[in-house]
Amino acid sequence: MTVDNLINWFPFGAEWPVITFVSAVLICAIPVFLFIAVYALVAIYGELKISSFMQDKVGPMGQGVGLHAGKWGLLQPVADALKLILKEDIIPESADKKLFILAPFVVFVGAFITFAALPFSQEIIVADMNIGVFYILAVSSLGVIGIILAGWSSNNKWSLYGAMRSAAQIVSYEIPAGLSIITIVMLTGTLSMQGIIISQQGIIWGFLPNWIIFNNPFSFIAFFIFFISGVAECNRTPFDIPEAESELVAGAYTEYSGMRYAFFFLSEYANMFVVSGVAVAAFLGGWNSPIPGFMDSPPWGLFWFIGKSMSLIFLMIWFRWTFPRLRVDQLMSVCWKVFLPVSFVNIFGVGIWNLLVG
Amino acid sequence: MYRDFGTIFLFILIGIVLVYVPLLIQRLIAPKKNTPDKLSTYECGEESEGSAWVQFNIRFYVIALIFLIFDVEVVFLFPWAVVFQELGLLAFVEMAIFLLILIVGLAYVWKKGDLDWVKYNVKYARGRYSKAITEKEGTAVGNS
Repeated sequence: MTVDNLINWFPFGAEWPVITFVSAVLICAIPVFLFIAVYALVAIYGELKISSFMQDKVGPMGQGVGLHAGKWGLLQPVADALKLILKEDIIPESADKKLFILAPFVVFVGAFITFAALPFSQEIIVADMNIGVFYILAVSSLGVIGIILAGWSSNNKWSLYGAMRSAAQIVSYEIPAGLSIITIVMLTGTLSMQGIIISQQGIIWGFLPNWIIFNNPFSFIAFFIFFISGVAECNRTPFDIPEAESELVAGAYTEYSGMRYAFFFLSEYANMFVVSGVAVAAFLGGWNSPIPGFMDSPPWGLFWFIGKSMSLIFLMIWFRWTFPRLRVDQLMSVCWKVFLPVSFVNIFGVGIWNLLVG
Repeated sequence: MYRDFGTIFLFILIGIVLVYVPLLIQRLIAPKKNTPDKLSTYECGEESEGSAWVQFNIRFYVIALIFLIFDVEVVFLFPWAVVFQELGLLAFVEMAIFLLILIVGLAYVWKKGDLDWVKYNVKYARGRYSKAITEKEGTAVGNS
């Protein structure tokens, strides 16, 4: 609703509607980009530190004075970003240059426009579309096209293998994720993100918050299917076969360096937030407080949404240092032979539950 | 409605600019010392051998086909799911029949072995695969 609100606040909205609209969208887009950038820095630092602590190390630490990574290595991600922008931009001679240049654009734009439909709080959502969750599912799969472009245009065997595996994995796991979202839509009867969250207010079963994950046993299972599929769609460990560094160097991104690589990296972290954000909005009550009535006013909405999302991202980082990498045939059979049938059972289960109980 | 999708359209344009500007900054401040070795394809230090644009394993194509069927099905389910609570039992039964037909399709694909990444037992195999099948069972066909 923010774009609409901003348009109403503009004093000369009636005279120049187009200019007003464009400037309102710009005012929304810049904070979204800044949020992605700051969140990525925090997440990279978190990943470094959490992974270190889990392996009984200390991770990046600044020592002494001068050009060090700050206290506790806090400036490490900033230094990484600076390094990436100062690096030489290399396009291999044998690559398909046009597609090679196009790929980071497709991947980043696909991740960036998803944020337009994420409900950060009661009032902060760039475009509260009536098909919000469907839109997110649709545009978040744009990234696959970019990865395929990157892998194919690099003219490198590692890249091609990585891209093909990545595409097969992402499209496969999209189906259980989509079917899990359908159970949510069946329960709430709306596709709008805010509508889904508003329907999760209050208390259920006497003491639990009325989140969809607690609504019935089938939606409880659906959350785990959605979240695990989401981790797989982000190509994160234990599903990181597409960029398994011990066999495929860096998968589809092998030939990329400097800022072009940075945008793939940024999009990956952005996609992690999108998956967590959608999981939070659809299953974990979005910006609703875990204790209904406690810190439930609009300013706290932002805190709850980002807090819950960051907890899920912490879980993803935790996964990385807990589970070994899956084999590619295990990966595919988990998706098609376990998740897909269970998702179908979920849809039938939620339907019957709704007809009998709801 | 037009406002929502206009926002998305502008977001796409802004996204393109947000990628382009850092690339431009990099072009201005980053060093540029290209050598033929630097521009060659990376293959773990070896001289790269041949092109990577080669024929690829058919299994990826099969996965893409199965994905297409189920993804279209998910699209069909969305409008139904929105009005499911208003329509009640009749709509549920109708969609259950539709889903059952698709589940039969899934069972067929499963039985045919197209969901197996590594195919141990390919029925009716021809050509280059027919030889591999005659080997003792448990031998994988194809490469990774």
